[in-house]
Amino acid sequence: MTDSTIVRDIIDDEDIDPKFVDTLVEAGADRIRTCIQCGTCSSVCPSGRRTAFRTREIIRKALLGLKEEVLTSPDLWLCATCLTCLERCPRQIKVTDAIIIMRNMAVEEGFMLPQHRKASRKLIKTGHAVPLDDANREMRRELGLQEIPPTTHSSGEALEQVQEIMRRTGFIDLIESTEESGQ
Amino acid sequence: MISRMARPKFYHFLGCIIPHRYPSIERAARLVFEDLGVELLDMVGATCCPAPGVFGSFDRVTWASIAARNLTIAEAGGHPITTGCNGCFASLWDANHELHVDEELRKRVNENLAEIGREFKGTIEVTHYVDVLVNTVGLDEVRRHVVRPLEGVRMALHPGCHWMRPRALKKKDNSERPRIFRELCETSGAEYVPYKDELICCGAGGAVRTADLKVSLDFTKQKFESIEEAGGADIIVTPCPFCELQLDLGQVEIQKNFGVEFTYDVLHVMELLALAFGHEPGEFGLKTHLQYLQRKSEPRWERLGVKA
Repeated sequence: MTDSTIVRDIIDDEDIDPKFVDTLVEAGADRIRTCIQCGTCSSVCPSGRRTAFRTREIIRKALLGLKEEVLTSPDLWLCATCLTCLERCPRQIKVTDAIIIMRNMAVEEGFMLPQHRKASRKLIKTGHAVPLDDANREMRRELGLQEIPPTTHSSGEALEQVQEIMRRTGFIDLIESTEESGQ
Repeated sequence: MISRMARPKFYHFLGCIIPHRYPSIERAARLVFEDLGVELLDMVGATCCPAPGVFGSFDRVTWASIAARNLTIAEAGGHPITTGCNGCFASLWDANHELHVDEELRKRVNENLAEIGREFKGTIEVTHYVDVLVNTVGLDEVRRHVVRPLEGVRMALHPGCHWMRPRALKKKDNSERPRIFRELCETSGAEYVPYKDELICCGAGGAVRTADLKVSLDFTKQKFESIEEAGGADIIVTPCPFCELQLDLGQVEIQKNFGVEFTYDVLHVMELLALAFGHEPGEFGLKTHLQYLQRKSEPRWERLGVKA
């Protein structure tokens, strides 16, 4: 602590999942292996400007196969998906797509923020991430709009259909079974 | 140009934020499209798009299946979709596109839809209000309806991300030097104010607003500071209700979290056009923006050049 010894982070074999990159490539981030670590993605990232989120680092770790480290990182959830890095990547890597794929994998492994699970529960219950509330019903009526819009809010059958989809894909189980990992 | 053709018809995809948080945008859109002779058809039983950065991040197949179900509502009627939300546009456009190019995804989605008696066929186009105004109606025709040019109103723009990016895929505008949204907003007669951070994200997208409100507000604060550095503006105009929520309600939240007060009126492009087309703010409920309700304040009428 007091000496000037350089502490080296050692990556052990067991931390490396060589198939991780293949999964990303198959899922759509097809040019990710051409990354030259130039850092354009990080330098244009409005999130990285104010947080510890480093796009280049996530891509590098993904290429090294550090699956666990990437998927458990809360930084993965700080990408606003503005697509600026994807527009400017000199290798035309679909950076944002890669992040979305990694988020899907993280959720599948049980890493999900409690507030995201809450938003999902709203979708499951109402068919909308932001459902109608009483104040807005009144506001709609005052503005001469249909008090209840022609969405799932006015169609029980539509709500049942979308809930059936979420049951079939396993989304309802996923949301209800995910542990309060929180991070 | 439109009057000589059959009235164009679009399925109107509402999403969540417009009908449930900013109904003034829905009202303004209905007024403006009626003035322009564009018919909006209800999408009965539509759901959340579902939010691309949120549900797309959780489970791609669920996201694509719900989006595809929404698309099938329009496919059944045979008219294109239009939406006033960049997020809804991204979800529906991307899903429509991905289901065309990804056979495996299409198969899985259609297996899910078969359970509820539906099938994605890929027969309709997804548009944003901006596309309808610029391509179907045309800017000259929009300009012809402007009876109250907002002369002297200094207007900063926030085009947002998901209508024009990725540019290679969407082919809407040059996303690094966009001009289409600006040209559309300039038909109102308001004066365009350029600022350095016009193209950065509002901070709300990608599930960040839900994940970490303070981080997302810090993006928004940067935008406001950039507008102030450029000499300030009277209004901020955006084509997206989620960006509008972040920029409008965000000012109240920024004050609470960072102790900095901003007082910008934030308008959806449809609200801007409704004013320019001569509609009174009370006709579409400009005063119902969440910023005003929470602050118990009103739009700065003198800066807008219109009266309550």
